Amino acid sequence: MKRQTIGIVATLLFSLIVVFFIPWLLDLTGRNDLYFTLTSVALLSIASAGVWLTFFIGRINMGQAAYALMGGYISTILVVNYGLSFWLTLPLAGFFCALVSVLIGLPILRLRGVYFAMTTLVLTEVSKLLALALPITGGASGIINIPLPKALKILGITLIPDFTTLANVKRAFYLLSVILMILCFALLYRLVHSRLGQLWRSLQQNEELASSIGVNISYLRLIAYAISSFFGGLGGAVFAAITQSMYPSNFTVNDSVNFMLNCFLGGLNYVFGPILGTFVLYFGWDWLFRMGKYQLLIFSSVLIVLMLFLPNGLLSLRFRRKSQA
Amino acid sequence: MGSLLEIQQLSKRFGGLLAVNNVSFVVHAGEILSVIGPNGAGKSTLFKLISSFLRPSEGQVLFQGERISHLAPHLVARKGVVRTFQETTIFKTMTVRDNVIVAHHLRSKANLLDYVTGSSRAKQDLNEFADSADTILKLLNLYESRNELASNLPHGYLRALGIAIGLATGPAIILLDEPFAGMNHEETMRAVEMVRRVRDRGVTILLVEHDMHAVMKISDRIVVLNFGEQIAEGTPEQIRQNEKVIEAYLGVEDESIGM
Ligand SMILES: Nc1ncnc2c1ncn2[C@@H]1O[C@H](COP(=O)(O)OP(=O)(O)OP(=O)(O)O)[C@@H](O)[C@H]1O
Ligand SMILES: [Mg+2]
Repeated sequence: MKRQTIGIVATLLFSLIVVFFIPWLLDLTGRNDLYFTLTSVALLSIASAGVWLTFFIGRINMGQAAYALMGGYISTILVVNYGLSFWLTLPLAGFFCALVSVLIGLPILRLRGVYFAMTTLVLTEVSKLLALALPITGGASGIINIPLPKALKILGITLIPDFTTLANVKRAFYLLSVILMILCFALLYRLVHSRLGQLWRSLQQNEELASSIGVNISYLRLIAYAISSFFGGLGGAVFAAITQSMYPSNFTVNDSVNFMLNCFLGGLNYVFGPILGTFVLYFGWDWLFRMGKYQLLIFSSVLIVLMLFLPNGLLSLRFRRKSQA
Repeated sequence: MGSLLEIQQLSKRFGGLLAVNNVSFVVHAGEILSVIGPNGAGKSTLFKLISSFLRPSEGQVLFQGERISHLAPHLVARKGVVRTFQETTIFKTMTVRDNVIVAHHLRSKANLLDYVTGSSRAKQDLNEFADSADTILKLLNLYESRNELASNLPHGYLRALGIAIGLATGPAIILLDEPFAGMNHEETMRAVEMVRRVRDRGVTILLVEHDMHAVMKISDRIVVLNFGEQIAEGTPEQIRQNEKVIEAYLGVEDESIGM
């Protein structure tokens, strides 16, 4: 009971900080440029949350960029070609990705270890090739001038104002992204800490034993993979709306790898690990940019050292200190 | 006593090897039936065939008159035919109690959505699972270790945990693959009592075991396999005197068959 209270307080505090304090601080200091950076962190961490969930059932997922790309195109095409409201395309993009992932997952989720990882890596590449080849995606020149989200009205009440009328669109996207991030991670936390999560954990530990106790392992794997891909699609869709452009290069193999690293870095045992991992990796990468040609070298070395000394991720630091005290 | 499980002309071929060769027998409700045989005789393979973890090359398995050998393993478990594993097989990073709680899956009345939303049906389930888990843990002398991480359990307890996991599913028949392996005499005798208690709760028991002393003590009937073939079937008394069985065990005979 007590642990639960601490968790709720910490979550509320975190939410207050990212939704109110950070915008206030950025407006005060005039660092409008940071909005885009933090928005990216929020969206990338949503996609990483999906990868984290596939780790949770014991699969190394290197295909999340495929769903981010797919989600981006679905939302964009529905907005640009069919005039749908962005707010409607957001869940549609997520559900479309979930549906596709079920079809793809049916055959490939049987694979384990490096076989699953490699297959999903190929998936990322295939999605890029598809984006280049399909007529509706506009090929390499992509889709540009995507209109900003219009107002979201339900029963005549404006829930979200028209983004074109806003003085600071960047802040609006930031708020949208962090609120989505909080919702996604709250959902993920709830799932993982429910009995469903316990069953997923049983798959991760021993699929044979799980099926011997009557667990339909392929069904549970599919559910996890579908939710994972939903997160990927969601992140990709918002990203396209922010940049107002959609290219096949929006999400690449690099991103797939980074999503995975975000999870490792934050810690695979902690639901909120991907947020921290994404934050550190994103800013670390930016900061290393100043090192010029040594960027990749330093980056990889630091990662290797981190994984050697903190195999359970950065969040384990906090817990380790607690257990020593 | 009606027949609960019927094994009909079951065979399993691995490449050129006939691991199980045309085996047929019946298991009656409420009995303890042991399958014995030298190493590599095909006992574990037979269990995997019955629980549908392997597809038979020929023959079939009927449970309560219904063919189960084409079903996925989790569906066979759902019908009430549940296996344990010869190798230690547990959910390592869960506590002992969580191992048993999670294994109550088949007794769920709530669906997955109930569990995520925390509906009253889900809460009721979870309470029932926890209570039932404690009962099972006590039955198998695991209650004291319930909050330990499963991977930290001593070897003898791991076997018991494997059985506890199987029992939690609420099986009609449980297939125990060498449940006494690695136990000393005293531990084995305690485990034999444990298995008896499980049977007395109405669970039919199919057992593979090398400890002949335990097998002779516990079994109502025995089936003997050698090189995949069924060479004998009968009461412990009959098996003890069976020429073919003595021959199959030649060299290790006297002591190991408990004569
Ligand atoms: N998956 C498999 N592929 C190929 N051969 C196998 C496979 N599983 C078992 N075998 C072979 O089938 C034969 C029977 O194996 P099984 O494990 O059923 O024996 P067992 O009676 O359980 O032996 P033990 O008492 O040592 O556990 C052995 O020769 C084994 O090597
Ligand atoms: Mg065996």
